[in-house]
Amino acid sequence: MAVGASFLVALFFLPMWRITLEAPQYPKGNELGILIYIDKVTGARPNDLQNLNGLNHYIGMKPIESDAIPELEYMPIIVGCLIGLGLLFAALGKRWLVAVWLALLLAAGAVGMYDFYMWEYAYGHDLDPHAAIKIENMSYQPPLIGTSQLLNFTAHSYPASGSYFIGAGALLAAAAWWMSKRKS
Amino acid sequence: MKRILFLALAGVIITSSFSLTGCSGGGDGAAIGAAGDAASRVYIAPGAKDEFYNFVSGGFSGQMSIYGLPSGRLFRVIPVFSVDPEKGYGFSEETKPMLMTSHGFIPWDDAHHPEMSMTDGVPDGRYVFINGNNTPRVARIDLTDFRTKEILELPNSSGNHSSPFTTENSEYVVAGTRFSVPIPNEDVSIQTYSEKFRGTLSFVKMDKASGRLSLAFQLLMPGFDYDLAHAGKGPSHDWMFFSCYNSEKANTMKEINASQADKDFLVAINWKKAEELIAKGAGTSMNVRYAHNTYNDQTHSASSNILTTVKVLTAAEAKGIVYYMPTPKSPHGCDVDPSGEYIVGGGKLATVIPVMSFSKMIKAIESGKFEKEIDGIPVLDYKACLAGEVERPGLGPLHTEFDDKGYAYTSMFVSSEIVKWSLKDFKVVDRAPTYYSIGHLCIPGGDSKKPWGKYVIAYNKITKDRYLPTGPELTQSAQLYDITGEKMKLLLDFPTIGEPHYAQACPADLVLKNSRKIYPIAENNHPYVTKKEVDTKVVRNGSDVHIYMTTIRSHFSPDNIEGIKVGDRVYWHVTNLEQDWDVPHGFAVLGATNSELLVMPGETCTLLWEPKSAGVVAFYCTDFCSALHQEMQGYVRVSPAGSSTEITWNKK
Repeated sequence: MAVGASFLVALFFLPMWRITLEAPQYPKGNELGILIYIDKVTGARPNDLQNLNGLNHYIGMKPIESDAIPELEYMPIIVGCLIGLGLLFAALGKRWLVAVWLALLLAAGAVGMYDFYMWEYAYGHDLDPHAAIKIENMSYQPPLIGTSQLLNFTAHSYPASGSYFIGAGALLAAAAWWMSKRKS
Repeated sequence: MKRILFLALAGVIITSSFSLTGCSGGGDGAAIGAAGDAASRVYIAPGAKDEFYNFVSGGFSGQMSIYGLPSGRLFRVIPVFSVDPEKGYGFSEETKPMLMTSHGFIPWDDAHHPEMSMTDGVPDGRYVFINGNNTPRVARIDLTDFRTKEILELPNSSGNHSSPFTTENSEYVVAGTRFSVPIPNEDVSIQTYSEKFRGTLSFVKMDKASGRLSLAFQLLMPGFDYDLAHAGKGPSHDWMFFSCYNSEKANTMKEINASQADKDFLVAINWKKAEELIAKGAGTSMNVRYAHNTYNDQTHSASSNILTTVKVLTAAEAKGIVYYMPTPKSPHGCDVDPSGEYIVGGGKLATVIPVMSFSKMIKAIESGKFEKEIDGIPVLDYKACLAGEVERPGLGPLHTEFDDKGYAYTSMFVSSEIVKWSLKDFKVVDRAPTYYSIGHLCIPGGDSKKPWGKYVIAYNKITKDRYLPTGPELTQSAQLYDITGEKMKLLLDFPTIGEPHYAQACPADLVLKNSRKIYPIAENNHPYVTKKEVDTKVVRNGSDVHIYMTTIRSHFSPDNIEGIKVGDRVYWHVTNLEQDWDVPHGFAVLGATNSELLVMPGETCTLLWEPKSAGVVAFYCTDFCSALHQEMQGYVRVSPAGSSTEITWNKK
């Protein structure tokens, strides 16, 4: 349980999510990538985000910038609390507390995914009416998870390495809960 | 007389070889065996990459071109000694200083010999050096961005031909005079050649960390024609070898008068000892004038400085450092095998290929038995230094490179063929015709310690009937041969830029891994850089107007400018804000008497524009950058001289 909670520390270093964008002009090996961390959004390579924002101005999408997304300020606090609670609950050694922590973690994950979807929706739909490229009924929302085609770009949206640590943390907590049941 | 007969004979052979190939109608299916097999050997499927880079001199184009092998596809022409309006080279304010010399701005030269920088005697993929022949210079090209970064002029020189060959760790890049001249140059009768004219052999030091060049010292030599060179390697590491002809010291009709002696020389120079001597204070400082031009990657600008002294060491002072080794008749090539033991002369008029032995040469020096001295330089005994002679090799041996299996390949200009011979017994094992009159040849790493002996490329002087004709001037041409088997196999003809002289090749990975994609805008220290669109501006300073402009897909900022007047000197400082690979923007404005700008991502370039009449003038992006490239344009208003139109521009 303590190990599971401390796995979340990885989120301070590793991205939770990756969106990869391929196009004829950005073939495999030279594709654009966005990495979403708990506290920032960056390019997979140094200039990817700037280049993507540059291209997005043609469709009137707002620039994707860490400063414009307030969640990135309080997400580290939430994750910090989850780690703290996890360690505290582990110390207290009560089985039901393990279940509570697991529930909190899953709830945070669900809210996070919903929030992520809302941001994707906002970026994909809130477009500058004066943009050069305007296509009736066309929005540019990347998939929540999976692959979709956005004009010349193929967008892939998948969990990144940080999410694996969340998953592993949750599994460990579940295992702790399960094994303590057998002991008692 | 004997010589004239010989040349006449050579003439007959040239003529007959032309008529023979004339009958074949151009196809060489029989010569290469199954044509389909050759085709598949050079075929690089769409999207696939070549195995080798080939750096080919542009000869009288003054440039260097980059090909892929085995496909023979042209990738890029790098402007070096000649202006290139396509890239703005020599036209933009930043690059003009690259072509400054002690004679002022010179827009052209004749570039002959690319040589890759080396570490431990093997190409290291950092730089290519190339010589300027007419206005003696050496250039350094950076292989991270395939641009000329430095040009050093050579004083006391004329016709910098035996250049820019480098020592095993590129400690030195050498340069030697093809045309001896009075040194210091002065107004004397040409008839005083034999007493007053001298050659110089220059040793240019390369700083290992920065690559920067400096002229360390010059050796003052007898007035012969110093032709080519190669450094020793392994046991001969400390030595540099030059070939020279015109030991007759003829000053007129050299084709006859410099072809009289049976032997000319290979010059052996112990550069290590020369370096020590110079460090001890030997030599005299001479007042000269030569330009040193360097390009700075951070300011994206070149600067040119005139330097005024050079250390000169006379051959007589350099006792124990310089030796002449006789070599048959009018040598061109001077090539050292991968082991560093053999030095091969390529006597254009010789009937054998002489293979000199480094260890025998050292013994001959130690035993002190010299034939004679020329201006204090000992002449060694030919036989005492000779390892062997390749007999009946063909006609007009010019230049030799080596594979990794103990064979040498010599180009034969007159008999128009490549001759393969063994370094074990100096016997010819194969010969392959070239179309026509091969000059230099090149094997990847073929002048280094570690040849990648897969191909030999012939760089030919004559093309005649090989391609669709294009009027009196035909394309220049190279030919690719497979040398992995016992027999050389012709695989491909490919056209080249200018006249190809020497070339170098190396595995692509060596260069590919360091290839630059952009210039980081954060590191741009150009004095007129604009790093953000909001900082663009137009500033008048008397009749100079500086436009701080940016480009990013698909607009200029600003794109409406007013207040320019006839008589102004307008400097367009264009910064490309892109940080994406392969997204340059161009800039062209009507009435510019120079060229366009082609601005790489993160770079700043400046075009000087002096409008001659009032009106509104358009400018636009010349490099198709995006779907809205056509919209990437703007206007500048030019008012009559003395009018009161204020400087204004539109801001984002």
